[in-house]
Amino acid sequence: MEAAHALAAGMGGIRTAGDLVLRMQLLRKMKLDDAKKFVAEKLGVTLQELADIVTMTDVRANLGIGVQQPFNGETAGMAAKMKISELLGIKINSVERFKERAGII
Amino acid sequence: MDKILTRMGDGSLIEMTFGEVMDDIRAGARDAAERADVPFLSEAEMKHIFEIVTTPGNAVGVRLGDEIVSTSDSGSEKLSAYCMIPIEKSVQALIHERVLGGDSVDIGFADYNYKTVKGVAEREANVLRNAVERAVMPIFYGAMTNLGFYTYPDGPVPNWAELLPQGKIAEALKAQEDAARHAVRDIVYVAERMYEAGADGFNLDTSGAAGDADFLAALRACEEITKRFPGMGVEVGMAGEFVLGMHGKVEYNGTRLAGLYPHEQVKLVEQAGASIFGAVVNTNCNESFAWNIARVCTFIKPCVDAATIPVHANVGMGVGGIPMCQTLPHDVVCKADKILVEICKIDGY
Repeated sequence: MEAAHALAAGMGGIRTAGDLVLRMQLLRKMKLDDAKKFVAEKLGVTLQELADIVTMTDVRANLGIGVQQPFNGETAGMAAKMKISELLGIKINSVERFKERAGII
Repeated sequence: MDKILTRMGDGSLIEMTFGEVMDDIRAGARDAAERADVPFLSEAEMKHIFEIVTTPGNAVGVRLGDEIVSTSDSGSEKLSAYCMIPIEKSVQALIHERVLGGDSVDIGFADYNYKTVKGVAEREANVLRNAVERAVMPIFYGAMTNLGFYTYPDGPVPNWAELLPQGKIAEALKAQEDAARHAVRDIVYVAERMYEAGADGFNLDTSGAAGDADFLAALRACEEITKRFPGMGVEVGMAGEFVLGMHGKVEYNGTRLAGLYPHEQVKLVEQAGASIFGAVVNTNCNESFAWNIARVCTFIKPCVDAATIPVHANVGMGVGGIPMCQTLPHDVVCKADKILVEICKIDGY
C-alpha cells in the first residue's frame, strides 16, 4: 500500500524534500502549501523542483542533508539531521537529545 | 451501455455503468452532507470524482507539484508482523525512508496501545533510539488510546459495556471517566520516555475508538504532552468520522464530544495543541468505491477548510474510501489519493 501511495501522490521523503516539509508541519503546524514554500525558499529551489527527485538528489547531496543512496561518503543519519536543523532554523528533538547524550550541549 | 470495472467497499470487483457510478457519487455525498450538516459537493467536484473513478488503468496520480506528505500508524511494524519478514523495527523504519519513499514513519508495538506499551516503554524507547540515530526523516512513536483495555479483568475499572445494559448508568459513566484518567497517565508516561529517546513526533492513533471518553483522553494527553515536551509534535488521528457517545456527557473546553464530525473534531484537536489532525471516514463494505469516496470527500473537505493545522486524511484499510480488506488493491488506493488531493486539498495522508 505504501508503494501505491508513494506513486500516486507522495513527495517521496528524502528522495525529494518530503521529510523537510513534514518537519515544518510537525514543528510549526504549517499547512502543506506554506510548508512547501518555506522549505523551497530555504533550499533555494522552486516549488516544482522541491518534489523533483533528480533536482533534489543533487541539492540534498550538495547541502549534506541526506539522500536515498548515500554514496561517496555523503552525509547520512544524525549528521544529516544536524545540518537540516541548521538549514531550516528548527530544533529537531532527535538531534537535541543526541547532543545531550553526547555532551555536545 | 458502457460499463467500468470498479470495486465495492469490501474490495470485491463489480461492473457498473457510468450512470450507476454517478448515482453512487451523489448518494454518498448526500449521506455525509445530511449526517454532518455540511455542504453538499458541487456539480463540478462530483464530475471530477466521476472522471477519476472511471479513469481506465490501474494507476493514476496527482499533477507534478501537487504531491503531499505521509504519516503512518504502526508503520514500522507491518513488514515483520504482517508480511513475516524477520527484520527489527528500526530497520523497517529505514526501509520506509530509503526504499518506500515515506516522509515519516512511526515506531509502534505489536499490541498497538499505550497501556500495553507502558510496561515495555524503555525497551521500545531503545528501538526508537536506534531508528532516530540512523534515519533522516522524522520518526514518530505511535499507539492507540484504547480505553477498552482499562476494563476488568485486565484493567482497573468495571466494564461500562456490561454496566450500561444493567441500567447502572452512573457507574458506567464513572468507569469511563476513571479509564480516561488512567489512559492519560499511561500515554504521558510513554511520551516522556519517547521524548527522551528522541522522538520527532508522537501519534495518538485511532482516538475515540471506545467512544467520547476515549477521545477526551487523547485530547487531554495531547495537551499535557505538547506543554511538557515542546519539539515533539503530536498527531491526533481519529477512529471514525463520528465520535460515538458511549458516555454522552464528557466535554473538552466546553464542547460535548459525543456526535462530533471531522470539521468539529479538528477544532478541539487544535485547542489541545496538536500539530497534525488525522481525519478518518470509515468505509461502508456494502457500497461502491464511488459512493464511499464521495462520502469521504464531503466529510473531509469542510474539515480541511476549518483547520488551521495540517490535515492528514487516513487512507488505509477500511478508511478514506479504501476497501476493508487486508491486501489492498492499488487501483483504488491511487484513485482515492488523487481525489483527496484534488477535491479536498488535504495536507497529507
